[in-house]
Amino acid sequence: MIPSFKKFNSRFNFAFIDENTKREIRRKLLKAICLPGYQVPYSSPEMPIARGWGTGGLHVTLSVIGKDDVFKIIDQGSDASVNACNLRDFVHRVTHCRVTFDTHAATLIQTRHRIPEEQLNDGQILVFQVPQPEPLRAVERYETKTREMHGEADYARMWVSLYEAFVRYGDIMQGAGYPVMVNGRYIMSPSPIPRWDVPNLHQSDCLYLFGAGREKRLYAIPPHTDVVPLEFDDVKFRIEQFPGIRCSLSGTGGAFMDELYNDLGHFRHVINDSDFLDKLVEHKTRPQQWSNKYLQQVLDEMNANPDLES
Amino acid sequence: MTNTSDTWLLKVEGLTKIYGEPNENSVRLTGPLFGSNICPETDCIVACADINLELFPGEVLGVVGESGSGKSTVVRLLYFDLESTAGVAYFSRYGNGTLNILNESGQKKRYMRNHLMGMVYQNPKDGLNFRFSSGGNIAEKLLMAGNFNVGRIRERATELLEQTEVPVRRLDDSPASFSGGMQQRVQISKAIANNPPLLFLDEVTTGLDVSVQAKVLDMIRTLQQELGIAMIVVSHDLSVIRMLTDRTLVMKNGRIVEQGLTDQILQDPQHPYTQLLVSSLL
Ligand SMILES: Nc1ncnc2c1ncn2[C@@H]1O[C@H](COP(=O)(O)OP(=O)(O)O)[C@@H](O)[C@H]1O
Ligand SMILES: [Mg+2]
Repeated sequence: MIPSFKKFNSRFNFAFIDENTKREIRRKLLKAICLPGYQVPYSSPEMPIARGWGTGGLHVTLSVIGKDDVFKIIDQGSDASVNACNLRDFVHRVTHCRVTFDTHAATLIQTRHRIPEEQLNDGQILVFQVPQPEPLRAVERYETKTREMHGEADYARMWVSLYEAFVRYGDIMQGAGYPVMVNGRYIMSPSPIPRWDVPNLHQSDCLYLFGAGREKRLYAIPPHTDVVPLEFDDVKFRIEQFPGIRCSLSGTGGAFMDELYNDLGHFRHVINDSDFLDKLVEHKTRPQQWSNKYLQQVLDEMNANPDLES
Repeated sequence: MTNTSDTWLLKVEGLTKIYGEPNENSVRLTGPLFGSNICPETDCIVACADINLELFPGEVLGVVGESGSGKSTVVRLLYFDLESTAGVAYFSRYGNGTLNILNESGQKKRYMRNHLMGMVYQNPKDGLNFRFSSGGNIAEKLLMAGNFNVGRIRERATELLEQTEVPVRRLDDSPASFSGGMQQRVQISKAIANNPPLLFLDEVTTGLDVSVQAKVLDMIRTLQQELGIAMIVVSHDLSVIRMLTDRTLVMKNGRIVEQGLTDQILQDPQHPYTQLLVSSLL
């Protein structure tokens, strides 16, 4: 049985952070939700882990978590990485909330660099740990300037850098953290998620919250907001392609893949999202995935060649 | 009505830029009469004051004067690089010429810069981003005017480089590795990318070899005739003014001391300072 959390038999407040600071963070989150994609400065208080190691995500999680929440945390798609385990233990220790690996059962999910493959619903919040919140940083070093550029929607240099990337590499080569236009107003960095996940930010049912602890910024995408990856008329945004590739554990495709190498240098593909993979392998069911046109194309191609094995 | 004229393209009244803390005497106690633009009472610098001018569509207006006379300040104020201290400017292509463009928001000013104006600076570094390719620099103007088709952007950039006689194979190279003359040509390509009705040229040939100067000036004249762009050409060099402009303003210590048809000013200068300038040319 999980012991319930009592105010006076603990050395710290519920969810570790004191109530006034939590209130400050929630106020900033409300502002962020009101201005989708806009970076709101916040206090970023000291935590028992170093800034830049998920503190921003943790601030958000601990400020919004309630006693009835069911908490899940993933690190690059995995519930079981050292980082995920430690942060899950920590959140559990300071809140006594239920924790889970099951994406569908969770009400609050903290993530590092992935959106779960399973579609999130209107009862769920996804909290991103963000290392660098400023999408314009690569083209402008100074914070005062980038804030002015956002204020005036002056995104010329951002666009030129995409043009330059296309000229040099033949593609808008933004590996992870592909910049998006939120609600037709602010260019936003979705944190280093793969391009595979980017379309799922658009018109979702769930609430997305972003916390950058080291940079002291919060931002948000409320449910049902337009989120459009930057693209040209003739050079379009594309997600990662895994042509004809199947997961070596589940035998299926249509999900973001890891390449795993063994000592002999051979590699195989495995679905990156550990909970999604578990459900495929152990429960023999394919959870409801996001519906976006990019994924739909992948699934259609997969279903057209059902026997293909990697 | 004065401000709904359909004849002028640009109309400027009382344009003033002061650095530092002026008092009510600063403008009165500076200028050519005093031989200085520094206020004796507060030490503020009156970079330019009481500048009035009208520019007509397709016209080329020269601004000449010694170094420090305020020429660059005037064009930089009109291109919104600097904030004016006083004065108004109307632009017939924006809001029917009824709005003081100097008072518009940053976003509106950027719109005008991207759609309706071009600027070529003396130093190519001010007008070009050397971290981007020449094509990228030109693309910036096109993108900001709402052209998001890479194929068409590259077509237009190629066309512009041809027009300004830059080898098209340098399209994807950074202008950092170009000669001074070629950098100026790329700057000009960028400035005219969206066919603006108004172009500012600030000492475009000053840093160049004499032989290169002549070629660039020749190209500017050809472009002007082909495209019919109105230009304000700033130079301390009367031979540039003579070659390019129809009408000329002579500036000294932040004021206009004489203006008129370029030929007239060169043949029969009225102001002693202009006489000095002209005689030094001969
Ligand atoms: N940022 C500044 N602060 C103070 N004085 C300035 C500044 N910029 C220009 N000035 C002064 O304004 C005057 C006009 O400068 P400028 O317009 O560049 O002259 P020009 O282009 O005719 O050589 C000069 O005396 C110059 O020293
Ligand atoms: Mg100058």
